[in-house]
Amino acid sequence: MNRIDQRFAQLRASGRKGLIGYLTAGDPDLEVTGALVLEMARCGVDMVELGVPFSDPVADGPVIQAASARALKKGVTLEDVLALAGTLRARTGIPLLMMTYYNPIFAYGIPKFVKTALKSGIDGVVVPDLPLEESEELCQAMETAGIHFIYFLSPTSSAERIVETVKRARGFIYCVSVTGVTGAREAISELGRKLLNRVGGFTQLPLALGFGISSPEQLIALGDDGDAVIIGSAIVKLVEAGGTTEEIINRVGKFLNDFKFIESFRS
Amino acid sequence: MRLPDGRGYFGRFGGRFVPETLMAALIELEEGYQACKSDPEFRKELDYYLKYYCGRPTPLYLAGRLTKRLGGAKVYLKREDLNHTGAHKINNTLGQALLARRMGKSRVIAETGAGQHGVATATVATMFGLECAIYMGEEDMRRQELNVFRMRLLGARVIPVTAGSKTLKDATSEALRDWVSNVKSTHYILGSVVGPHPYPAMVRDFQAVIGRETKEQILESEGKLPDYLVACVGGGSNAIGFFHPFLEDEGVRLIGVEAAGKGLSSGSHAASLTGGSPGVLHGNLSYLLQDAAGQVKVAHSISAGLDYPGVGPEHAYLKDTGRATYVAVADAEALNAFVLLTECEGIIPALESAHAAAYLEQLLPGTSAAESVVVCLSGRGDKDVEVASKALEEVGI
Repeated sequence: MNRIDQRFAQLRASGRKGLIGYLTAGDPDLEVTGALVLEMARCGVDMVELGVPFSDPVADGPVIQAASARALKKGVTLEDVLALAGTLRARTGIPLLMMTYYNPIFAYGIPKFVKTALKSGIDGVVVPDLPLEESEELCQAMETAGIHFIYFLSPTSSAERIVETVKRARGFIYCVSVTGVTGAREAISELGRKLLNRVGGFTQLPLALGFGISSPEQLIALGDDGDAVIIGSAIVKLVEAGGTTEEIINRVGKFLNDFKFIESFRS
Repeated sequence: MRLPDGRGYFGRFGGRFVPETLMAALIELEEGYQACKSDPEFRKELDYYLKYYCGRPTPLYLAGRLTKRLGGAKVYLKREDLNHTGAHKINNTLGQALLARRMGKSRVIAETGAGQHGVATATVATMFGLECAIYMGEEDMRRQELNVFRMRLLGARVIPVTAGSKTLKDATSEALRDWVSNVKSTHYILGSVVGPHPYPAMVRDFQAVIGRETKEQILESEGKLPDYLVACVGGGSNAIGFFHPFLEDEGVRLIGVEAAGKGLSSGSHAASLTGGSPGVLHGNLSYLLQDAAGQVKVAHSISAGLDYPGVGPEHAYLKDTGRATYVAVADAEALNAFVLLTECEGIIPALESAHAAAYLEQLLPGTSAAESVVVCLSGRGDKDVEVASKALEEVGI
């Protein structure tokens, strides 16, 4: 059984909402990214999403764009992030998602990517510029290997698209809380809650809400809606603040503990 | 078979590689465009503005002195430089602004490199009373101050893009991000035959007026079709609009000229078709300048309008099928042609168009006086005089 499915089964059994943490791999370097993943696992984060840096990240706001540019300056590639996942998999059972724009996969070659991802212990792949219509080849190759291809739905998705997407989706659905790019927002948008309710009417799959989630208050405001939240830019911002590896790890760990503290009241 | 297919593919190129949030907008745009395309009223309205506002049809001019100088086939120039705002760009912005108005959008956005597409967008936005924001790389804003002033004078908000290479590629990414965020109110007037479906097809259709007029005009003056069509290719909108009505006329050789910058082997160029490989950028699969890990490279050309690492998917298709041939000329050759055309004909071409003219030096020696070649003079060179004067000074001309 895929680790993502296992984790959501556990979450549902305990009535908790899952916490998915995003990191741009290679910012400030791959070693710190690796240490942060282990810290996240230790803090009780449910899944980690490792972002592969890309030269033209059109779905990302300024924070992740900047992180991506820093990682690229270090020469970090898709292959490096796959290798990092492989070393992490030897040390932790936390579900690992890989986020990458499509071109690095296209350049690497789909069959080789699937093979390496499987060997590296990747559990799911998130490709923000590969919508339903373009995803068939990669999605099928991933599912054959037992890796979930994670689909997005957004407040602009029509009912027809929701129906088609949930038919194909595995693992969970990445629900985009805003019409916009990644980046912290003050409040949970009504659009996000509405989307969770709309999609929930069509599927039993877990729904994870992402884009703009940055505070425990938002988690409280979400109430019973959704099965998990994805926190990206807010974490990347804490990494960006810099310092020694230990300082970065403590800063991120403290931030995530506040979220886990909220969730501990549910169980 | 008419291309693209239903999924926006030209053979293996094209498609829609965009975030889910944009899919609804692209479907809405495709439906809106299809409705307009088959509506004679829309065609009539567009034709009206093309004639009375842009000044179409643009002349097909026999460049007699240039022909004499180079020897060989007769050289005709399709004078897109005589359009309002000085380039072919307005053919497309007029069409898309009319479409945006019909679709009930109150705001338009655009990316721009040299500023020509930005000016053409700001112009039609002003005329149709649409709010307008233009994304432009900080580096390009510095290189093209005059166009920045023009856009602001026309009431557009010019937003500097400071990410990445601070050029057209990054301005396009930023415009896409704006569109993702404001998709309900906003239409994105993409300036070339790139981006996700339906843009490559729609922009081509709006630019095809260039080729349709050329066909009519050359038949009138020569009594037969031309032997060669030559156009510069950045994203490739003037070239595809010029080529398209001739695709089935197999005797007409189609030649696209890319920017070789400092030379193809220098790595510092913008020649996606002749020096790149297939990849995905800004919503479509086409040829692309990229490294082995799939990261997009920064393009280089003396001409800001050709300074883009991607190219329209239909060009990729025409290259693979062999229907069109693609070559590349360097900055220095384009500069020479810039001077040559000015000296021979009293026409200062845009540096982009000078790339097409530069290829004549290689093409004409193998041709005969019984043949004819039409060069698409896509824009005028007023915007480039500063860049050109500096560059010419450096090489001592």
